[in-house]
Order: sequence, then structure tokens, then C-alpha cells
Amino acid sequence: MSTLHPTQDPSWRLFQDRFGGLQRARRVETLLLVAIAALLFVIAAVYTDFSPAHVAAGLPRIGEYFGKLFSVEPARGAAPVPVLAWDHLFQGEKQPQSIAYWFYRINVYLVLLWQTVQMAIVATVMGFTAAFVLSFPATRTLLGTGLVAMLVRRVLEVARSIPQVVLAFILVWPFGVGPLAGILAIGIHSTGALGKLFSELNENADLRAVEGIRSVGGSWIAQIRYGMVPQVLPGFLSYALLRFEINVRSSTIIGFVGAGGIGQELRRVIGFNIYEEVSAICLLILVIVVAIDLLSERIRHRFIGNLGGTP
Amino acid sequence: MSDHVLFARGPAPGTIRLDAITPADIAATRARLPAAFGAPPRTRALRWGIGLLLLGYLLYLHWLFDFERVFTNLPRVWVIVRLMLDWSQFATWDHAELFRSMIETVAMAYLGTMLAALVAVPLGFLGARNVIPSRIFRFVMRRIFDGCRGLDQLIWALVFVRAVGLGPIAGVLAIFVADVGVLAKLFAEAIETAERKQIEGVQATGAGRVAALRYGILPQVLPVMISQTLYQIESNSREATILGLVGAGGIGLRLSERIQINAWDQVAYIIVLILITVALIDNVSKALRIRLIRGG
Repeated sequence: MSTLHPTQDPSWRLFQDRFGGLQRARRVETLLLVAIAALLFVIAAVYTDFSPAHVAAGLPRIGEYFGKLFSVEPARGAAPVPVLAWDHLFQGEKQPQSIAYWFYRINVYLVLLWQTVQMAIVATVMGFTAAFVLSFPATRTLLGTGLVAMLVRRVLEVARSIPQVVLAFILVWPFGVGPLAGILAIGIHSTGALGKLFSELNENADLRAVEGIRSVGGSWIAQIRYGMVPQVLPGFLSYALLRFEINVRSSTIIGFVGAGGIGQELRRVIGFNIYEEVSAICLLILVIVVAIDLLSERIRHRFIGNLGGTP
Repeated sequence: MSDHVLFARGPAPGTIRLDAITPADIAATRARLPAAFGAPPRTRALRWGIGLLLLGYLLYLHWLFDFERVFTNLPRVWVIVRLMLDWSQFATWDHAELFRSMIETVAMAYLGTMLAALVAVPLGFLGARNVIPSRIFRFVMRRIFDGCRGLDQLIWALVFVRAVGLGPIAGVLAIFVADVGVLAKLFAEAIETAERKQIEGVQATGAGRVAALRYGILPQVLPVMISQTLYQIESNSREATILGLVGAGGIGLRLSERIQINAWDQVAYIIVLILITVALIDNVSKALRIRLIRGG
């Protein structure tokens, strides 16, 4: 029996060499990527003054600030106590540490939250309408020449690339402080975002129906109205609902630059250091955002089916 | 006057001729088949009701927001647009400061996202069903992620500016907190959808729990995690441009200064700078992600 031990078989050795080489190359590549990422990390930290010393100095202040957000002075100048306590939880708004005391301006907040949601609705409807109209000229398959489609696409791209808060800040100057500037900013952004998604749906739609309408002499509008719209409308609506969720979030913050809604109030109470009101408003925003997310998700699943994907 | 039968010569037996229909026939048919002659009164009333409600809602919105101002203030928009397009002072603008702020913005986004990713990996494992079977624990973890995610980065930035002062650190922290919520949720979902068989395979060799996670799950989910982190860096550099508007450093701070002194030409320039930077980062990150998916 003069057979080689398996590890001395040349093919085994070859395999080992190749495998080891590949493994080493892979390891070097991984290490290199990690090194690059770490280097960028250090550069970024230096650039933003994010040194351990700074962070260590900042952390207690963060803790202190968040502590203040959830505490309340039972009397003027008295030592702060937690914003809620079991004993007083359901007592009236005169009693510190009760829910009613914490949310004593709930009627103001609710009006503002209502306004915020209305802003999101108007902006979504505005964006939907404009995107609906613009998505057909932006669809390459519906046009003989690609020039118009390209032009409309660029317009949509600009509309969705400008951050909406920036847009709102700019629009506050011509339209004044208030929700109108916010609505316009969110509406313009929604137009850009929805227009892109809509035109993609249009491009994926079956063109046979459009050709059918054309073959019986239908105009371009009729081809779209009867050949295209019935196919794509469910998708449009689903995207619009998804957009509505996003717009509710946006309309809560658009007020930071004076463009209306609950954000304007939040910025005011943060500026004046009215601590317990900051936490109260943040909680309300959280509740409304989560509630509308859940509601809209349910509607989308029930009526249209999940298109999936995040915006 | 025409026959409804095309190829017959003369009326076929049993064909109804249009001119033979009397008003009495119509009335009889209407009585027999009301649905063929339009919607029943109840549906029609409902439609009118919905229409009126919508009209009322529209009037209410008009009262709430005063849409007329959109048109009465349009001339002011043209004023801004004209000023924005006038770049004759280009040479006098403080380009060095703007570029520094732009880099600072990207640095904020990168730092915040990377820190968030580092923290989100263990949190993601803790929030995944196949790692921690306890339902209550997972529920609590998921609600914490939701809490971080539910408040917008701009709100976090506003709060952190108050807590640690003006500057990029507040921005990094805002991105970090909001992103921990996003990434931990995404990571947890990625871990939950990981293939069970590989974990079982590792366990079959007698490995412990940690080794099963390291060799059974991590190789499956790591590319997904890196890809999602890259995507978040991309999306956060877009978000980071506005954090400065509330004082959290970066290009937004410069932008807000320029808007407040109505330097519209520079505002337009900064917006163009932002668009270019974002497009650049989008492309780099997309290329990296595609490489990651292909090359593994």
C-alpha cells in the first residue's frame, strides 16, 4: 500500500494553496475597507469637534436636560419632582404631577395638531393632483419624442431634491409666517416625489389598452383616461397614502422655520425653556405620527394591497 | 331609425324598432328595471351628500389657510426668483466657509450614521425574534426603536442644540439617536429573516449560542447591514443639510443666515451646492452598494 496520505496528494495541496490565497486576499480587502471606514470616521470626528472630551462634557448636560423635560416644580422655586406621580395621576389641572397638569394646554395643542394634519392632507392632495397631471408627459412610453419627458423629469427631480424645510423657509418670505408656506413647500416636494413614482408605474403599465383606444381614434387624453388611468390608479392611491404618512411627519417639523403647525409651537416652547411642555408636545407628535402610520398602513393593506418598499 | 341587426334585410322577426317604442314602453321598462336608468335615489342622495361635504371641507380649508394668498403673493415669489438668478457677485461670496460647512455636513451624517450602526447591531440582535424569544422584551425593544424613529431628526436636533449648545455635535447626536431607531429595526428584521438551516448547521457542530450567532447569522446579515448603513449615510447627508436651520451645524446654518439677510443669490448657490453634493454621495453609495451585492 503506497498510496499517499490525503494531505500529501498534490491536488489537495493545490486546493489548500488556492483556498488560502483567496482567504488571505479576502481578509486583506476586508481589513482595508474597515481601515478606510475607520479613517473617515476619525476625520469626520475631528471635523465636527466630536472628541471624547467634548462628548464626555456634553453627556451630563444631555442627561440634565432630558431630566428637566420630565420634571416639574411643584411650587415656584421648589425642588423639581417627576412630571407624573401615581398618587396624583388623575387629579385636576391645578395639581402638579397629574396628567391634566402636564397637558394643561392640551386644547391649544389639539387645535395645532388638527391644523398640522390638515396641512398634510392639503399638501398631499396638491402633490397628488400635480403629480398625476405631470406623470403622463413624464412617461417615455406615451410620447413619440423623449424631449418633453426628459424636461418634465428634470422639473420633478428639482422639486423633490430641494429639502422641504429649506423650501418652506424661503417661502415664508413671500407668503408670510403661517401654514400656507409649509403647505406649498410640502406640496411641491410631494409633486416631485410622487411624479417620479407615478411615471414609473405608467412606464410599467400594459400599453395594449392604450393602443386599443388609439386604434378606434381616441385622442391622447382619451388614450390616457381610458387606456392608462384604470391600470395605474390603485398604485397611485397607494403611493399617495404612503406619501400622506410622510407628509404628516414633515408638517410636524415644517413649523420650525415659521411655516405653521405644531412645529412652530414646539420651537417656541423649546426656545423659552418651558420644559414640561416640550415633552408634552413631543409625546403628542409621537402619538399622532404612529397612529397615522398604523391607520394608513391598514387602509393600504385592505384596499390596495401592499406595493411594498419604503419611499 | 336604424335597425340593430346589421346583416338582415329588413327587420328580423322579434327585432324591436326604435321608432316603435312608445313613451308608455319606456315608463314600463323604467318601472321594471330602475337600475338601468341611472342610480337609485338613495345612491344619488349619497353622492350629493359626499359632494356637499367635500365642498364644505374645501370652504373650511380655505377659511383655515386662506389660499387666495398664494395668488396675491405670487409677485413676491418672482422677486425672489429674479434675485436668486443674479450671480453677478459670485466672486465676493465666502466660498471657503461654504465648502467647509458642506464637508462638515457630510462628516456629521457619516459620524452619526456610523455610531448609530455600531450601536444598532447589538440592539438589532436583542430585538430579533429568533435571538430573544421573550415576547415582552422584544415588544419593549421595538417600542424603544419606534420612539427614536418617531420623532424627526430635526426635533432631536432642536432638543440637542438646547442640551449641548450650537454646533455640529448636536447634529451628530440628533442623527445618531434617530438613526439608532431606524437601523436597529431594519437590522432586527434582517436577522429575523435569516435562514435557520445555517444556524442549525453551526449548532450541530456543538457550538454555543454566541458562536451560532457569529457563524450562523452574522455572515448572512452583514452584507444587508452594510448596505442599509450605506443607504442611511446617503439619506442622512440629505437630512443633515437642514439640521443647521435649527443651529446644529453644517451648511444649513449658513443657509439660514443667508435667508435671514435675504441674500437670495447665495441661497440659490447653496441649494445648488447641496444638490450637487447629495447627487455625488448618492452615486458613490449606489456604486458601493451594487459592488457589495455582487461581490459579497
